[in-house]
Amino acid sequence: MSTLEIKNLQVSVATENGFTEILKGVDLTIKSGETHAIMGPNGSGKSTLAYSIAGHPKYTITGGSVTLDGADVLDMSVDERARAGLFLAMQYPVEVPGVSVTNFLRTAATAIRGEAPKVRTWVGEVKEAMASLSMDPSFAERSVNEGFSGGEKKRHEILQLELLKPKFAILDETDSGLDVDALKIVSEGVNRVKANSDLGVMLITHYTRILRYIKPDFVHVFAAGRIVEEGGPELADKLEEKGYAEYVTH
Amino acid sequence: MSSLPTNYLAPSGREEAWRFTPLNRLGGLLDSSVTLLDHASLAPLQLPAGATFGKIATAPLAQNSDEATLRVRSAVLQTSALAIAANAEISEPIVLQRSVAGSAPEASRLLISLGANARATVLIENIGSAVIAEEIEISLATGSYLHFISTQEWESKTVHLGSHHVIIGKDAQFISTVITVGGSLVRLLPTVEYSGPGGSADLSGVYFSTSGQHLEHRMHVDHNIPNCKSRVNYKGALAGESARSVWIGDVFIRAAAEGTDTYELNRNLVLTDGARADSVPNLEIETGEIVGAGHASTTGRFDDEQLFYLQSRGIPEEIARRLVIRGFFAEIVSGVKIESVEERIMARIDAELDAVAK
Repeated sequence: MSTLEIKNLQVSVATENGFTEILKGVDLTIKSGETHAIMGPNGSGKSTLAYSIAGHPKYTITGGSVTLDGADVLDMSVDERARAGLFLAMQYPVEVPGVSVTNFLRTAATAIRGEAPKVRTWVGEVKEAMASLSMDPSFAERSVNEGFSGGEKKRHEILQLELLKPKFAILDETDSGLDVDALKIVSEGVNRVKANSDLGVMLITHYTRILRYIKPDFVHVFAAGRIVEEGGPELADKLEEKGYAEYVTH
Repeated sequence: MSSLPTNYLAPSGREEAWRFTPLNRLGGLLDSSVTLLDHASLAPLQLPAGATFGKIATAPLAQNSDEATLRVRSAVLQTSALAIAANAEISEPIVLQRSVAGSAPEASRLLISLGANARATVLIENIGSAVIAEEIEISLATGSYLHFISTQEWESKTVHLGSHHVIIGKDAQFISTVITVGGSLVRLLPTVEYSGPGGSADLSGVYFSTSGQHLEHRMHVDHNIPNCKSRVNYKGALAGESARSVWIGDVFIRAAAEGTDTYELNRNLVLTDGARADSVPNLEIETGEIVGAGHASTTGRFDDEQLFYLQSRGIPEEIARRLVIRGFFAEIVSGVKIESVEERIMARIDAELDAVAK
């Protein structure tokens, strides 16, 4: 049983006019096996939360803490966070020309597991995970995310989730840009990982659509850099009906 | 001026074509008081059926105003000629290995010709230490296909001035992969013209310049015939105090060349302070009746977003950095499609990266 604990997290980003505070004190605790949906309007700081936990250099932590089983996540480098068990499925996965998916996955798995996976079992493992995400085997030889469609990029993110087996996954708008078929495939992938492990999930989304496929245990409404309301799955139904209007001050 | 022994003029450095080149490092190649050695330095390792190699007295196929090329033409009496017979389909690469005379400035002329519908891959391996001016002319007859690979794997003192000119026939395809990792000063002129419609040229190249190296590639694609295609993709990385690279991409679409489809790209990755990459794409268009024409040039530092992505998957920073840089080169090197050559070049790049990292 692991715990990801975010306490009073405050984050700023550098702009032309100096620093702008985006996260204004976020408190959130996720335990193994739990799925937390973070829902909110565009620009509320949801992605900033995701990238800050992952350690993107663009964001400056100005206060608060993030701990994984008591270990100070904010003190770790980006790769140390991943090796500690955090995974961020990105909204806009980055293209890395000239680096094949095969080479990338193997290098990542070697880093996460602390030793190179055995060639024979590894090839099968990758093949199986790709097949279950309806990914063509030719994917393995392509450069990481280069020329991938939006849906292919998201499947590739979930493929990594399956192979790297983190303790906690942050899914940043994984549903955006997916048609219904792709959304189902991707959601099934996440559910498969949940079923086979004790994965804790932070599911960041603007829409309730993905919650039909990935059932949250908790729903948190995010607005203007903090969590403004919390509840169970029923809160998502309310958002579906009424939108975010009541949380947004104009 | 009339006192000059031949019909070329030594550049002063003010000419557009020479303004980036350190003329004091040419090792006498453009010095009219130096006689270039006429030395046929290329020979095939093996000659498959359908291919012949020999020396012939031949007039140049195309006009050329490059000073180094004019010196080669006046120095070389017999041109080495590689001919691929019409309809010959040669799957194994024909390797021409360079064996230079030594440190004396020398000249080399090579003619590669493919008959109608012939298919071949020709690899020129430039190894060793040389001061050399060379001209390679390539003639592709109707429907032929040539993958032309030139690797500059020179040792560190080499000076190499070269012209690679191809004349692409009707529906013929020219694929070129140029890899320049060695030498003190390398200045190559890959140039293209067409002699029939439907011809296509795909020019890709990569260079890695470290301290003390000047690596220059000056492309010129002359779209002089309708309905021809060209793609240029050159990438370079630089590391070290005095590392220099120059890439010039001239594409000229003449009034007659309706239906032209062209795109050229140059990307430079500057890995350390003090290195300098010049990149100058030029597109001159005399007709609007074309399929497409574009160019892009970027020169920048390491992409931190790529680094973040790889690190966020647990890959330590140094390994992630190396993965991205290797990927940058591999995108072009993998186009060689000869595994042993690709491995040799990547190993050299790795060794140079190791040296830079120290």
